[in-house]
Amino acid sequence: MTDPCATRDRTRSPALEMVAVTKVYGRGPTEVRALTDVSLTVGRGELVAVMGPSGCGKSTLLHLAGGLEDPTAGAIRVDGLDVPAMTAAERASLRRTEVGYVFQRLNLVPSLTALENVMLPLELEGVGRRESRDRAREALAAVGLTEQLDRYPDDFSGGQQQRIAVARALVGERRLILADEPTGALDTLTGDQVVELLAELPARRGTAVVLVTHEPRYASWADRVVFLRDGRVVDEADAGAPPVGTAVGSAP
Amino acid sequence: MAVREGLMALLVDEPRHGYQLKTAFEAATGGVWRLNVGQVYSTLDRLHRDGLVAVDDTGEQKRYALTDSGRDALGAWWRATPADDPPPRDELQLKVLLAVEQGPEHALDVITRQRTALTRALQRHRRAQREAAGDASLSAQLVTDALVVRAEADLRWLDLCESRILRARQGRAPSNGGSP
Ligand SMILES: Nc1ncnc2c1ncn2[C@@H]1O[C@H](COP(=O)(O)OP(=O)(O)O)[C@@H](O)[C@H]1O
Ligand SMILES: [Mg+2]
Repeated sequence: MTDPCATRDRTRSPALEMVAVTKVYGRGPTEVRALTDVSLTVGRGELVAVMGPSGCGKSTLLHLAGGLEDPTAGAIRVDGLDVPAMTAAERASLRRTEVGYVFQRLNLVPSLTALENVMLPLELEGVGRRESRDRAREALAAVGLTEQLDRYPDDFSGGQQQRIAVARALVGERRLILADEPTGALDTLTGDQVVELLAELPARRGTAVVLVTHEPRYASWADRVVFLRDGRVVDEADAGAPPVGTAVGSAP
Repeated sequence: MAVREGLMALLVDEPRHGYQLKTAFEAATGGVWRLNVGQVYSTLDRLHRDGLVAVDDTGEQKRYALTDSGRDALGAWWRATPADDPPPRDELQLKVLLAVEQGPEHALDVITRQRTALTRALQRHRRAQREAAGDASLSAQLVTDALVVRAEADLRWLDLCESRILRARQGRAPSNGGSP
């Protein structure tokens, strides 16, 4: 066995591990505690939804998980790797290889074609043009886009643009997809398709997904739903756990 | 409730026996609305008494048919729409409204608990939908859709409650947020 990863035992690490994470922005009178003592483990291939009112810290949680920002306190590991300890270059590489991001607002590069947008992370990582193209086509096919890939983002509908963004987030061998309100401006059925796509990823590739959403409809695709309020985890709904208490809601 | 109208609707095309009506009703409602035979016969008796169905007891079993006034009553039922007021009085609303009376923290606790349970119900429906994928009858799919959409509506309302309570709390104590 000469597995170079064996020393870190990454095959057995969760996709994402956050332990007692706190994030404070600013100092003194302008200080904002965006997250307080948040612990969250996302297993390999698991789909976890994060819900909570606006300003409760959902985007901050994803920024920290993706190494875009540093925690004020606590540990963050992606696939066993200590993210806050990484250099800027290592983090950038992490986001091109292991962690895929789908943002609230679409952030495809408008001057690149759909195909080029998806090739970008691979090319930046030094993968050859031909191989990048093949793998980008594969990722686009996985989200149901096989035609007119040489058109520019503006030529696609909102739902299609979001599919391209998902393809770009999953191109290569990603361990973790971080999706921040990816259904933002989409109608219900198109939103359903994007979330179904993310929900199928675990089954298809063993990729873990953290999905931030306002919509209970989309959150219910997740294995677990984590509720944040004022920067703290207040509860969790686990689809696998046995039912508790009596049913609530509107009886027929 | 609407069992009367349901049975009448199933008599529109042809007369039927009581037991046939029971199975037809259950099939049409996706198997989630079971009737016992006694309930079917007592409902039919009342419809007969009110002149809405006619009974043919010449055969081995009684057969029921819709009368003209039965057809009129059924037509009126199809056309009737739910009224907006008075406001619906459901237990979830009552619980949250009374919890707010006891203070924002208690209300937020109640909301959290109810929301988690509803979310789990939604997750169960979603799983059932995924497992049934394609196999479920149209009526079963529509019944599940109704359960899902109702749970979603309750969850949306709970989210609104939470946001409004948080906002109200902030407005009352602006220095509350930063203290450890
Ligand atoms: N760069 C920043 N500087 C200062 N405050 C910030 C910054 N980013 C987020 N915040 C604050 O942190 C809190 C959480 O924000 P965010 O994670 O964006 O919430 P959500 O995504 O749940 O709406 C909010 O109060 C927000 O104003
Ligand atoms: Mg956000």
